[in-house]
Amino acid sequence: MNIVVCVKQVPDTATERRLRPGEGTLDRATPDGLINELDEYAIEEGLRIAEAHEGEVTILSMGPAKAAESIRKALSMGADKAIHVVDDGLAGSDALATSYAIAQVLEETGFDLVITGSESTDARMGVLAAMLAERLGVPQLTLASKVDIDGTRITVRRVSDEGFDEVEASLPAVVSVMEKINEPRYPSFKGIMAAKKKPVRTLSLADAGIDADQVGLAASATEVVDFAARPPRQAGVIVKDEGDGGTKAAAFLTERKFI
Amino acid sequence: MSSGSDLLHIDDQLTDEERLIRDTVRAFAADHVLPYVADWFEAGTLPHEILTELGKLGLFGMHLVGYGCAGLGPVAYGVACRELEAADSGLRSAASVQGSLAMYPIWRYGSEEQKAEWLPRMAAGEAIGCFGLTEPDHGSDPGGMRTSARRDGSGWVLSGTKMWITNGSIADIAVVWAATPEGIRGFLVPRGTRGFTARDIHKKLSLRASISSELHFDSVRLPDSAVLPGVSGLKGPLSCLSEARFGILWGVTGSARTCYESAVSYAGTRTQFGKPVAGFQLTQSKLAWMAVSLSQAQLLALHLGRLKAAGTITPAQVSIGKMANVRSAIDIARQARTILGASGITLEYPVMRHANNLESVLTYEGTEEIHALAVGQEITGLSAYR
Ligand SMILES: Cc1cc2nc3c(=O)[nH]c(=O)nc-3n(C[C@H](O)[C@H](O)[C@H](O)COP(=O)(O)OP(=O)(O)OC[C@H]3O[C@@H](n4cnc5c(N)ncnc54)[C@H](O)[C@@H]3O)c2cc1C
Repeated sequence: MNIVVCVKQVPDTATERRLRPGEGTLDRATPDGLINELDEYAIEEGLRIAEAHEGEVTILSMGPAKAAESIRKALSMGADKAIHVVDDGLAGSDALATSYAIAQVLEETGFDLVITGSESTDARMGVLAAMLAERLGVPQLTLASKVDIDGTRITVRRVSDEGFDEVEASLPAVVSVMEKINEPRYPSFKGIMAAKKKPVRTLSLADAGIDADQVGLAASATEVVDFAARPPRQAGVIVKDEGDGGTKAAAFLTERKFI
Repeated sequence: MSSGSDLLHIDDQLTDEERLIRDTVRAFAADHVLPYVADWFEAGTLPHEILTELGKLGLFGMHLVGYGCAGLGPVAYGVACRELEAADSGLRSAASVQGSLAMYPIWRYGSEEQKAEWLPRMAAGEAIGCFGLTEPDHGSDPGGMRTSARRDGSGWVLSGTKMWITNGSIADIAVVWAATPEGIRGFLVPRGTRGFTARDIHKKLSLRASISSELHFDSVRLPDSAVLPGVSGLKGPLSCLSEARFGILWGVTGSARTCYESAVSYAGTRTQFGKPVAGFQLTQSKLAWMAVSLSQAQLLALHLGRLKAAGTITPAQVSIGKMANVRSAIDIARQARTILGASGITLEYPVMRHANNLESVLTYEGTEEIHALAVGQEITGLSAYR
């Protein structure tokens, strides 16, 4: 089975993240790029499915040269090979443009199963899997908290507000996985050594057959009109419990429309 | 305020691979060690499972090549030691003993059969090893050891006592150094061999999340295949110690970093006289010197790592690194302790645990004094040991 896991490098959520003035796009030059946390679950799920069904896992990442580090980590975890789409023309691509570019690559490589994280911690759009499925004309099984494969049937437990739905489709398909679907493995030290020898194909727009006019900031359908820094954090409110702590806490939350 | 402890951006000098090792061990420690280590320390234990997990990660003997070992470079090994010791010196000690003191002599001096039998299982964490050199009456001067082995027919008979042996009672295989008519030789003694017993040492105030044992050999009969064929003389155990000390001079930069970070963070939030204690000049002077000394230790470790990778490192250089970095680390830990005030003496914060651990690290693998003598001899050409 040919499994492709889409992996995005994102700024470390523990560090301060910035938007570029003017463009309103994320400054990706920050030194601490990491694999988007949700993608680690996607990688782990891909590896488990590959182990159980004699599959091969390809990592597909679109991002700047630095994303090679994240690709390396994914290969160290056990993926077999990787494709890195890197081109200055891609900078500033929104979700639509990104899904176009990734779908182009997937059309070329072919796939039985595409796995993504349910969202990225930077943009938090959570739409890529759906857009990919639409562009590729295959079923989408998103927000999976459990994935089962039996021959060409794929069954997914899809998390909903009320509980979960069981969704079934036939392969090829696109799946997005939720946090905690599994426990991602650490890269083993032998895996880290082995990763050095695993093939990574680096593709430019031209290599991948991506139309430069359909990607990048200029071609993006969405635009960041304005942004402002979050106001400095206010000092917390200390509620003294005089036997009525619960009521006071509830009043506080109601006032802020949390309950 | 910069919360980063790597003020000189020394880690930028690491390769991608070394950074991946760093991040992996750091994540492992954050998930599996940090939430529990204060309790282990208080209880005086190191759970066996954590060693199995480290084996799965591939950490044991990671710098050795073949026999199931990962074959990484010395800087990667150093970085792994650093990240383990940032959690606790006991954990790093367990890894040092397994990789550098037990696996290394088998890898370097063992027969093909010995290597094939032990190394893959030890690398995987399925078999634990220990290293028996120190005796009750022979610490800094192991050359005078009383543990001895004599030939008996086709085999050997080993007798004596070893003391302070890390992982001793949990070890599946003990690498024991004994005096023989042919000089000091290394013997592989499997757990359960008749006449071999181990007893744990209790009432320690340092390195509590680590097992220290006394080993007894009461006329233990061993086949000839138990002796490490590749070495005789004190250089056998000393070469292993040189390997392990390299891990230590990296490791302690981890405990120093943890103490420094705790101090910076505590000073920033603890208010006295109407302002954070970080705002007082005396505190800032402490923090500044701690940062300087931590950076110097990190630079020294990296430099020695590159020398080791180039194959040119000498034992005297390792001595410089061990004595300098352990001293820096213990000074940083003690200074950090003062910044935390009373909180600093509890296990709620990592500082006193590290400071106490470092007392052991200062003593084992050659005391500070012994390394000073080694460096002194290198400088003057005169031996001042006796
Ligand atoms: C927690 C822990 C774990 C250990 N693990 C192991 C292990 O796994 N395997 C193992 O074999 N050993 C182990 N050791 C033992 C350790 O290596 C010894 O404690 C160390 O070598 C010092 O020996 P000693 O304690 O007998 O001190 P001594 O040698 O008795 O020294 C006492 C003091 O005298 C000083 N001194 C000695 N000789 C001189 C000299 N010529 N000039 C100036 N000063 C001198 C020393 O520096 C020290 O300050 C461990 C020790 C500890 C504390």
